[in-house]
Amino acid sequence: MSKEKKEEKPNFPSLPKSQTGITGLDEITGGGLPQGRPTLICGEAGCGKTLMSLEFIVRGATEFKEPGIFMAFEEKAEELAMNVASLGFDLIKLQTDNMVKIDHVHIDRSEIEETGEYDLEGLFIRLGYSIDSIGAKRVVLDTLENLFSGLTDQTILRAELRRLFNFLKDKGVTAIITGEKGEGPSLTRQGLEEYVSDCVILLDHRVINQISTRRLRVIKYRGSQHGTNEYPFLIDEDGISVLPVTSLKLGKDVSSSRVSSGIPALDSMLGGHGFFKGSSVLVSGTAGTGKTSIAAYFANETCNGGNRCLYFAFEESPKQIIRNMKSINVDMQKHIDNNLLQFYASRPTLYGLEMHLVAIYKLIKKFKPAAVVLDPITNLITVGSVSEVKSMLIRLIDFLQEEQITVMFTALTLNTIISDQTDEGVSSLVDAWLLVRDIEYNGERNRGMYIMKSRGMKHSNQVREFVITDNGLDLVDVYLGPEGVLTGSAREAEKLKEKTGLALRDFAVSRKDKEIMRKRMMLESKITNLKAEFESVEDELNKIYLEEELKQQIIEKNRDEITRMRRGTTGADKNKS
Amino acid sequence: MEDETVKYELRLYVAGKTAKSVAALANLKKYCEEYLKGQYTIEVIDLLVQPQLAEGDQIFAIPTLVRKVPEPIRKIIGDLSNEEKVLVGLNIRPR
Repeated sequence: MSKEKKEEKPNFPSLPKSQTGITGLDEITGGGLPQGRPTLICGEAGCGKTLMSLEFIVRGATEFKEPGIFMAFEEKAEELAMNVASLGFDLIKLQTDNMVKIDHVHIDRSEIEETGEYDLEGLFIRLGYSIDSIGAKRVVLDTLENLFSGLTDQTILRAELRRLFNFLKDKGVTAIITGEKGEGPSLTRQGLEEYVSDCVILLDHRVINQISTRRLRVIKYRGSQHGTNEYPFLIDEDGISVLPVTSLKLGKDVSSSRVSSGIPALDSMLGGHGFFKGSSVLVSGTAGTGKTSIAAYFANETCNGGNRCLYFAFEESPKQIIRNMKSINVDMQKHIDNNLLQFYASRPTLYGLEMHLVAIYKLIKKFKPAAVVLDPITNLITVGSVSEVKSMLIRLIDFLQEEQITVMFTALTLNTIISDQTDEGVSSLVDAWLLVRDIEYNGERNRGMYIMKSRGMKHSNQVREFVITDNGLDLVDVYLGPEGVLTGSAREAEKLKEKTGLALRDFAVSRKDKEIMRKRMMLESKITNLKAEFESVEDELNKIYLEEELKQQIIEKNRDEITRMRRGTTGADKNKS
Repeated sequence: MEDETVKYELRLYVAGKTAKSVAALANLKKYCEEYLKGQYTIEVIDLLVQPQLAEGDQIFAIPTLVRKVPEPIRKIIGDLSNEEKVLVGLNIRPR
């Protein structure tokens, strides 16, 4: 049956799409914009409409060898070229290469008088001529609505717009039309969406807590599946990057190979081998519990194995971390020199979460590490709400798992009572969660560590004492005695006490043993005495018995003798016979 | 009078022989003969023949009348059926 279905499928060819080349957008739209059809991009002023459409043209020309026309109703060609030069787009060269043509349509109401009937054939001819002159496959009209402000006869305009879209379809070009967001529920001020019905993308620019985030949403895409969420995007020196919040499916490959945490005792708690490769690990704990040390150990171990590690520090500078880690016998500098370890330090408040995420993405793509450390993620909360941080981390984890990169997060918990949820709410996302906590007892503070969870492997349920020494980190079994769990000096004292007890007991035991020996010797000597006595009695008894027998023999002998003598035979005869 | 010496250079952009284009040209000729006799030139550009010229004068509507001289450039779009508007637009009759 499944075979039949497979055979049926090619009978319904999917909608041909034209790739935009814009990072992430093709993923959301399932391959790009509808080919040979117009797409509407709408949004408020300054949300990136022009840039997105221009990037579509430039990427088309540079990456897909598809010439494009950019018809600008707002900005002049020189202004546009200047604006996008900072993104590394050389519009002037592309124009001289005949890959891109920028046509600025200048509409100045003060110069124009309208009398009687007219149509926009001029625009059509112009566009048609441009398309034919460079064989354009892509067209952008930015922003058509300027026509409405330049011309008064709306009925003509609307009729002509409809004709324009048909004209574009007939030409077979993939077009983008931009439009300003209108009042109320309408997507564009002039209701352009009623003419463009194949694909509509809405851009949005919101400021929350003084930090602005650009967002993109595909409102409709006729004849195609698409991501329907709002996706954050940003504009940086490489143009637009759209970041899907989550990939559309959870279909990542998983590895069952393990990576060491760098602390042998911790590895043995994790079934003896450490974490899974490509898994995510959360180390949480209160301040000063050694989270960074664990992270640095992990990074160090990764580098020792000849793999690359990327360390994102949001709190300390790399130099500071290197210095601090030297005190526990971890030399990170040598890995940096060998180009195995790279630090990336930035204050979270430097820019918004999206920007952080993109920075992380880019560095990872460039450095290709086997492991990534984020220390700590708690600080990110200062630049975003919990849900935003969470969604960012989901995306990051998704991305890392796809790339089979092991990631270790550290998180600060502010309360000493262990909450089931960390502040960032990522504990449900991660594969393994180590908790380091203070154990205050007997006038001192010690560190205890345990594994809250570790997916897919046998792990210890024991609390271990986590010690930081000059030689490094180690885990020690805590003392479980009649007085409960003891750590630190209390544990040592208890151990000593136990040792003393043992010695005393040993002594007592040996004394008892000696006594037993003595008792045994005494008894044994008694036994020999009794034996000797018994023997003498037995001897005596035997003697009497033998005497009796001898007596009997002699008596019988005598009787025989007497009898013989009576018969007259002598003892000499008897000897003869 | 200074007005008498002013030369008018007019350009009419059309696209083929459509009704609007024909009407525009007829109207234009009529006004020029009436008000600018002897001091005007009319150049008719058919964009179907010379599409590359559309960009230079920023033409998007058809028909469009462009007054190149005297400066500043003025544009009138439509079939020029409203005489009053054309005359004001070309600055022939003071407003």
